[in-house]
Amino acid sequence: MAQIILSGVGHTYTGAAHEEAWALNPLDLVWEDGRTYALLGPSGCGKTTMLNIISGLVKPTRGRVLFDARDVTDIPTTKRNIAQVFQFPVIYGAMSVYENLAFPLVCRKWPRERIAEKVAEVAEVLDLERELRRPARTLTAAEKQLISLGRGLVREDVAALLMDEPLTVIDPQFKFLLRRKLREITERFRLTVVYVTHDQNEAMTFANEVVVMSEGQVVQRGSPEELFEYPRTTYVGYFIGSPAMNLFPVSTDGGALVFGGTRLRSNYDAAALPPGQLQVGVRPEYLELAFEPGENTLAARITGILDQGSVRVVALLVAGEPAKLSIPRGRRVPSGDVLVRLPADKIRVYVDGDLATAGR
Amino acid sequence: MALIAEHLTLEVDHVRHLDDVSFTLERGRLHTLIGRTLAGKTTLLRTIAGLQRIDRGTLDLDGQSFLARPVWKRDVAMVYEQFINYPHLSVLDNVAFPLRRRGLSVDVARERARAVLERVSLRGFEERRPSQLSGGQQQRVALARALARGADVLLLDEPLANLDYKLREQMREELRGLFSDQGGSIVLYTTTEPAEAMMLGDVVLVMHEGRLLQMGPPDEVFDRPATTAVATVVNDPPMNIVDGAIEDGLIRLGGGRSLPLATHMRGLPSGSYRFGLRAIELELGSADDISGAVTFSEVSGSETFIHVDTGFGPLVLQIEGVHSFALNAAVPVAIDQEKLFVFGPDDQLVAAP
Repeated sequence: MAQIILSGVGHTYTGAAHEEAWALNPLDLVWEDGRTYALLGPSGCGKTTMLNIISGLVKPTRGRVLFDARDVTDIPTTKRNIAQVFQFPVIYGAMSVYENLAFPLVCRKWPRERIAEKVAEVAEVLDLERELRRPARTLTAAEKQLISLGRGLVREDVAALLMDEPLTVIDPQFKFLLRRKLREITERFRLTVVYVTHDQNEAMTFANEVVVMSEGQVVQRGSPEELFEYPRTTYVGYFIGSPAMNLFPVSTDGGALVFGGTRLRSNYDAAALPPGQLQVGVRPEYLELAFEPGENTLAARITGILDQGSVRVVALLVAGEPAKLSIPRGRRVPSGDVLVRLPADKIRVYVDGDLATAGR
Repeated sequence: MALIAEHLTLEVDHVRHLDDVSFTLERGRLHTLIGRTLAGKTTLLRTIAGLQRIDRGTLDLDGQSFLARPVWKRDVAMVYEQFINYPHLSVLDNVAFPLRRRGLSVDVARERARAVLERVSLRGFEERRPSQLSGGQQQRVALARALARGADVLLLDEPLANLDYKLREQMREELRGLFSDQGGSIVLYTTTEPAEAMMLGDVVLVMHEGRLLQMGPPDEVFDRPATTAVATVVNDPPMNIVDGAIEDGLIRLGGGRSLPLATHMRGLPSGSYRFGLRAIELELGSADDISGAVTFSEVSGSETFIHVDTGFGPLVLQIEGVHSFALNAAVPVAIDQEKLFVFGPDDQLVAAP
């Protein structure tokens, strides 16, 4: 296992090193040994570029890549001791499960007994002991992904496990089973894991730490809870959480924030905020239907209800601004004109799109 | 006016891809078909489109045999998981092309194409090539082409599966509005995502291992799942199913656990049953509740999913807030018997909350 350091790493595919051309803006980033990271963002945000720089499939235009203290920038992928899992399983369909797992060791000319020992060990972790004789093509998609992973794990001294949307071909109902298996494995082997995904749910449930990317830049890194509770920018508030964080335009009146003519109580002192365009953000999970007027309570009108099964998402206009509120199934949803409350401790303030740190 | 299927059956190498599937799809309603991979969803769509021959069964559109009609005479539009467009045509002509094929003049075809592109929010992109668009935009072009034709039958095979998560979220909301204008068509839309099936469908069809298990309005399917298989497929995480019995006026679960009988279970004869519990309806309880050992827990921002082993089997709990648990930690699980679904040993629903 290794600590991975990206030092001043940036990449452009066009060769033109000016600001607009960076697929990955130059940055410093440290991946701690033995931790699990999710690299999260929409297509084209640079997350796969970053992964490919770590694995060596892409040589960065600028900067150095270090595994522990060793500079590997010029070392090819095959010499970096990286285990990789891609979107689609990469297996030898004609070979048995055993032969698939043994293949990298056969190529390295390990003695037969040592191979048998190592394959047995990995098969046990993967829960594939009883499937070793089966042709690999007869396995389920999830089992095939485990073999792709297992082929990386049989080697000694794996520096890191890199996964690029490994759950794409897995049914939603089985995703959590595979996620659980992957977690067990990464904990047992104490792997440094970088997991690329565009699916916030996957990132949040799988990783110790999530690195959110947008347009070639890291916009926030933190625990799932930090990202949910304190998105650093309105973009993170939108990208993390489903539906996205509600944003309302506000003005100030002395130390208070004012929205739709209502003075809001919050953990912020509006007088101490820097100048700029002000918005407050409240998660749909925290916006509440109220039954009588009171603190932070505004008039709203329900415009639609989306039934998602275990939750219902209510679309509404709060003081004329579109918003969403999610409530558990089983609770009655009124219609027409209602009151909603913005809980004071759940209000976040954004100045020009950035989370305000002053005034809190 | 409807598409009526009766006893559709297809067997390949002793595996039933379609197993006696019968249904009626009406015009002007959006039907979502939910099922896992290999449930038979794509086979069914291909059968309707005429791309798949079947062993047995009939398919009638408005009283006329659809199976007897060759593919090119079926008025079917299909949108696939992979975005498929004509790479050498502009976005506008991608949508206008099938209209031209049906004999409309260039001007009329393009005019109609423009109107549909506007509906899928692609105004201003008419002159681009598909390759100059994002994935979501490319799939909108494919959708627009299917919508523009106003075909008798519109089939969509997991059209959002290849899109980014956030884009999928946005498209789901847009699609509801799009299909509501599609009055004359029969629309069938497949997905593996419970929330998508629930949100979009006027009618939800549930398939599992080649069989159509249930069909009805979303509420009905969600609140009264006909079988344990339906209950697991339409809930995310899947509904917990545990074996037990009703005896001496009590619910008996394995490992010596019992619960009082709930209102909706009165009148059920004693015997073996299977009980269904939604993850979101289980809570962490107090010391006198059922105890279990944590096998895994994961946090998703505002919620925590806890996997617990109890004396009567594994359960998944979905609880509010961020909590962390050590592996094998003992946790009390509160089960509200009033929220339990009851299935017979044959997996058929016998009582619902």
